[in-house]
Amino acid sequence: MIVGDRKPLEEILEMIKSYKKILLLGCNECVTVCAAGGEREVGVLATELNLVRMKDGPGIEIKEHTLERQCDYEYIDQIRPFVEEYEAILSMACGAGVQYVAEHFAQKPVIPAVNTTFLGVTIEQGVWSERCQGCGECVLERTGGICPIARCAKSLLNGPCGGSSQGKCEVDREVDCGWQLIIDRLTGLDLLDRYDEVVAVKDWKTARDGGPRRRVREDLRL
Amino acid sequence: MKTMSNIERVLSGGGFVVTSECGPPRGSDGEVIRRKGGLLKGYVDGVNVTDNQTSVVRMSSLASCVLLKGLGLEPILQMVCRDRNRIAIQSDLLGAAALGISNVVCLTGDHQVFGDHKTAKNVFDLDSIQLVGTVKQLRDEGRFLGGDEVHGRPGLFIGAAENPFADPFEIRARRLGKKVRAGCDFIQTQCIYNVERFERWMLEVRSLGLSDRVAILGGVTPFKSVGMARYMKEKVPGMDVPEELIARLKGVPKERQSEEGVRICVETIKRLREIPGVRGVHIMAIEWEEKVPEIVEAAGLLPRP
Repeated sequence: MIVGDRKPLEEILEMIKSYKKILLLGCNECVTVCAAGGEREVGVLATELNLVRMKDGPGIEIKEHTLERQCDYEYIDQIRPFVEEYEAILSMACGAGVQYVAEHFAQKPVIPAVNTTFLGVTIEQGVWSERCQGCGECVLERTGGICPIARCAKSLLNGPCGGSSQGKCEVDREVDCGWQLIIDRLTGLDLLDRYDEVVAVKDWKTARDGGPRRRVREDLRL
Repeated sequence: MKTMSNIERVLSGGGFVVTSECGPPRGSDGEVIRRKGGLLKGYVDGVNVTDNQTSVVRMSSLASCVLLKGLGLEPILQMVCRDRNRIAIQSDLLGAAALGISNVVCLTGDHQVFGDHKTAKNVFDLDSIQLVGTVKQLRDEGRFLGGDEVHGRPGLFIGAAENPFADPFEIRARRLGKKVRAGCDFIQTQCIYNVERFERWMLEVRSLGLSDRVAILGGVTPFKSVGMARYMKEKVPGMDVPEELIARLKGVPKERQSEEGVRICVETIKRLREIPGVRGVHIMAIEWEEKVPEIVEAAGLLPRP
């Protein structure tokens, strides 16, 4: 899933200070699972904003609304009947959702309430961790199912570097060394011979380096 | 000989190589690097110039190498993958060769979180092993990574680093094998304090047949004080400082500790010379370059060939 973090209240207040009537828009997908921008977080943020704005000056009228997804036009269209009543949209979706909502309402300022952080997994209640950087050319078969691009701080294809110490990364003692994980897993699978292969330079043009990416499936187009 | 490198010349003659290291200044005063280099002249076969080590911005390694070359020293250009993509790397390698640099040491590079620009974006387009392969391809095949022909191949003797003490220990010799297969000519190791553990690593290196294919230079760094030894033991990742060395430094009065540190360093070099497959020594006297001549002399490594 896409993982995000709600922005600090102060930052959100600053961004919306000139508005008296906003549409606070949650998303029922990834940001709901990672507790950053779902229906519950919409309610919490609306309460916080209302409290501060009532205490410190002009109040604010907030309409709370959560879409099934903000990254699909069918769902975005659901707010079309009432969006004009509001001066701005405060979106709690990931960066993709915020932008897609903005694309649909050219005259409406759309403000992000969430910092989008990574593609990851739920480790335990309240803990998420990065797993993928969407490089467009998956190498997991070669590395025992552990991604060196996402899980090595230097994205080394022939790691580990000299900074691997007791299974941890030089960048942060709380972070596992991705290459230690790869080696342990290849050892467990009796596939460590794969480690000996010198992995060639990566073609990064399938990653963001190639420019904004787009996928077209002609067989699915109407 | 593949190159005009002095390191390659000494190795081909069967000599025991001595290299050292210079850290460029945090400013534009070239005198700093000339002064440091001047201390080493006649005592070493080559001088590594670090590339923004620990991610702290310093004068460029290439510019500093040219200044050392002007003094008649043999510079060894360190190049890290942190700050340059494959376009800049290949461009700098060609430029280095054009300026008379004959040696390059290919490194991953410390993460920027250690340095003075923690908010920087890093590159790591290549890793150190791929960088080794890139230099070899330019030199021996005369082709850029993109496939086009290089007009004027860079005659660079290719080095890399290896830390026999980093984790996971069991793959360290195998990783060296990858560097050798990528085209590495010489290896400079991380500081060796635990000679027994280094010997175990060398045993594995020899059993993989690697010491016949690459020249291994053992790294040493003299302790200035017991405080420095403790810091390296506790704070520097991948550093193995045996407790007995700390006890030995602690056993002498504070004003004599640096002398003892130099003595330990000299003893280490003598032990390294006895290990089959060790072809030289790399003396990293961090901000203590003036001690290098004394260490080289006491280790019986003068005159240089």
